[in-house]
Amino acid sequence: MTSKTLVWLQSGGCGGCTLSALCAESPDFFTALADSGIRLAYHPSLTEASGDEVAPLLAGLAADGIDILCLEGSVMLGADGRFHISGSEHQPYYQQIAALAARARYVVAVGTCAAYGGITAAGDNLTGATGLAWQGNQPGGLLGSGFAGSSGLPVVNISGCPTHPGWVLETLALLAADALAASDLDPLGRPRFYADKLVHHGCDKNEFYEFKASAEAPGQQGCLMEFVGCKGTQAHADCNIRPWNGEGSCLTGGYPCINCTAPDFADPGHAFFDTPKIAGFPVGLPTDMPKAWFVALSTLSKSATPTRVKVNATQDRITMPPSLPKKNTP
Amino acid sequence: MTRRILGPLGRVEGDLTLTLELQDGKVAAAEATSGLFRGFERILVGRQAMDALAIVPRICGICSVSQSVAAARALAQLYNVTPPANGERVTNLIHAVENVADHLSHFYLFFMPDFARDAYAGHGWHADIRARFKAVEGSAHAPMLAARATLMRFMGTLAGHWPHTMVIQPGGVSRTVSAAERVRLGQWLAAFRRFLEQHTYGVPLPEVAAWDSPAALADYAGRQPQADLARFLQLADSLNLAALGRCDAPLIAGPSYLEGEGSNAWSPAGVWLQGKTDVLDTAQIREHSRHAWLVDYGPTHPFDDDTLPVPDKTDAYSWSKAPRLAGQPAQTGAIARALLRRDRLTTTLVQAQGSSVYTRVLARVREMALLVLQMQAWLAGIELGAPFQTALPAHPLYARGEGLTEAARGMLGHWVTLDGSRIQRYQIIAPTTWNFSPRDSDGQPGPLEAALLGTVADDAQALAVQHIVRSFDPCQVCTVQ
Repeated sequence: MTSKTLVWLQSGGCGGCTLSALCAESPDFFTALADSGIRLAYHPSLTEASGDEVAPLLAGLAADGIDILCLEGSVMLGADGRFHISGSEHQPYYQQIAALAARARYVVAVGTCAAYGGITAAGDNLTGATGLAWQGNQPGGLLGSGFAGSSGLPVVNISGCPTHPGWVLETLALLAADALAASDLDPLGRPRFYADKLVHHGCDKNEFYEFKASAEAPGQQGCLMEFVGCKGTQAHADCNIRPWNGEGSCLTGGYPCINCTAPDFADPGHAFFDTPKIAGFPVGLPTDMPKAWFVALSTLSKSATPTRVKVNATQDRITMPPSLPKKNTP
Repeated sequence: MTRRILGPLGRVEGDLTLTLELQDGKVAAAEATSGLFRGFERILVGRQAMDALAIVPRICGICSVSQSVAAARALAQLYNVTPPANGERVTNLIHAVENVADHLSHFYLFFMPDFARDAYAGHGWHADIRARFKAVEGSAHAPMLAARATLMRFMGTLAGHWPHTMVIQPGGVSRTVSAAERVRLGQWLAAFRRFLEQHTYGVPLPEVAAWDSPAALADYAGRQPQADLARFLQLADSLNLAALGRCDAPLIAGPSYLEGEGSNAWSPAGVWLQGKTDVLDTAQIREHSRHAWLVDYGPTHPFDDDTLPVPDKTDAYSWSKAPRLAGQPAQTGAIARALLRRDRLTTTLVQAQGSSVYTRVLARVREMALLVLQMQAWLAGIELGAPFQTALPAHPLYARGEGLTEAARGMLGHWVTLDGSRIQRYQIIAPTTWNFSPRDSDGQPGPLEAALLGTVADDAQALAVQHIVRSFDPCQVCTVQ
């Protein structure tokens, strides 16, 4: 089997999705690619080529056709591309991205920036930052809503800020095997193998959520949804099922999920550590549940909260352990 | 005289282009162009002060925790809180893991692969270096990444994930540590230490920490030639990297890790110049935008400066500002920390040969040993029953905060001004903003631009030029933000 070529570009981002990918364990990033039949033909931080060697290398790869093209970081379209210039003639980088995308079998946006514009497009977006095929939650971006790689698949949006190493490596392995179809992507172009889950699933604060026993500040044990801005019940990702760096997630770190896989996460319209409320109830309730039911259920469960759960919710560690069944009590 | 633009420089973080003038086989002038502008300082304006903790780590995927630490220290001033000792210890551990991982990635993935290139095929060491360090394929990389991932498990346990954690708070950390978790962390740190001792150094870490003279270093390299650091020492000798990329600018460092009531025991802030140390007076910092594609307000302190892009500005060549300390360019990095710590080996080497490719890279690689030993002490020092953070008052009490720290590459500063509880102004000066600055209002080149002058280079593509660039380990995404 001939290996598939992977070309990885970086533009208006932080490099964090690459650095996160390098945290891959068992196997490591390089081994995982090789084992998936992928040859890393170009990555600005990792390949030998530098300076004068880069343009001919990329031209040669484009001429041969690129199997998988990844972009990390937003596309910088403002001021005729002057916010990201590169190479021996200080060319606008978006031109390079567009030229290589036209020669790729699959095009992948790695991270929320490359997918939708992300944090680089936050605020007044002076720099005209956009995603590869989306501008925020609207199709468009650099390549336009009708774009597909030569395989026919639209841009795959591995959104996340950062991306989990597993999301990236598994997507690439599936693409290398021609085993990812349009039906495997959600309406925002995200691979459904992680985007059909919610951050809420598997959250170790679930018992606190069930009883609406809430933390009042980051670092307390209770649910962070009511007061501390957590969006885990709305955020599409498997962060609490597929742990990060061995055993972590935002929630196990004691701070709220900010829904970083969503196009507009960087402009939530409220402080990241606060939950906006109307009539005492959070504005951002679970999206697929009738609000009246949520209000009724949470009022009921709040009235039934065990003392243990209530006490632990505002402590920084468990101070009251679960009681034993009577027959096991010494 | 030939003028050439070289770019993009690979194996640096972010986008870097050099414009070089070559005359008689030497670099006669150099301009460093940071090619990407995102505008984080503007993205922060108007948000609630605490929102900085969500925004600033996303400036950089490689120095993410350093950005968080700088923001948390600025916020701690605004809220007038001091983290408890456990908060400092856990912050130190998270921060040290990032800095050690940066040193490791820099040495194995960014810097050493250049010596595996075919251009060095005539050297006796080349076949060995090529087998071990060739970009992507070298035998060192997969085991290094495995060891690095084990170390990064600290981030999962203590920080939720890496990069872009929000665990670091003005009052400490939003995570406690249990006895059992400390056992796990200790096992991972021990595993990482074994990698360093077996592969990177080939000797126990205390021996690395104890080197106090060039003779001790030479003795080590002779005894352990198969260690990765010894391999570097051998080729550095062969290529005379000690004479390459000399930079004579003052060396500066901010406060690094905190220990006890905010004191800075591990490596102090300061300025080192020709054997003399001085205090770091941040009131003497000015940002110059004369040659940046930004509105030029004249030399301005970061509390008062702004960042407004002017993409069509003529006579500018970078998105980076030029920070100056008391009117002078300054260099920063592990080498500055070692000098300010009064490390004997580093001091002897720098007094003899200056800050060079050799001394800068050696200081980075060696710092991993010192940090891992220190991390084991911080981990043991956690008082399990004590608090890990101090509660914040409901609103900020002050309007101006300065947050300084040390990233792997050197001094990082955040200067925040509030209007009520909202951010009115947020200015950031990163290590590479110092090291790779363009010319200032007086036409003085930045430290890299100066270090490149006189370099023997028959062509702009010359590897000597690239060794000098990578010896500073530029982080371009931090430089401009």
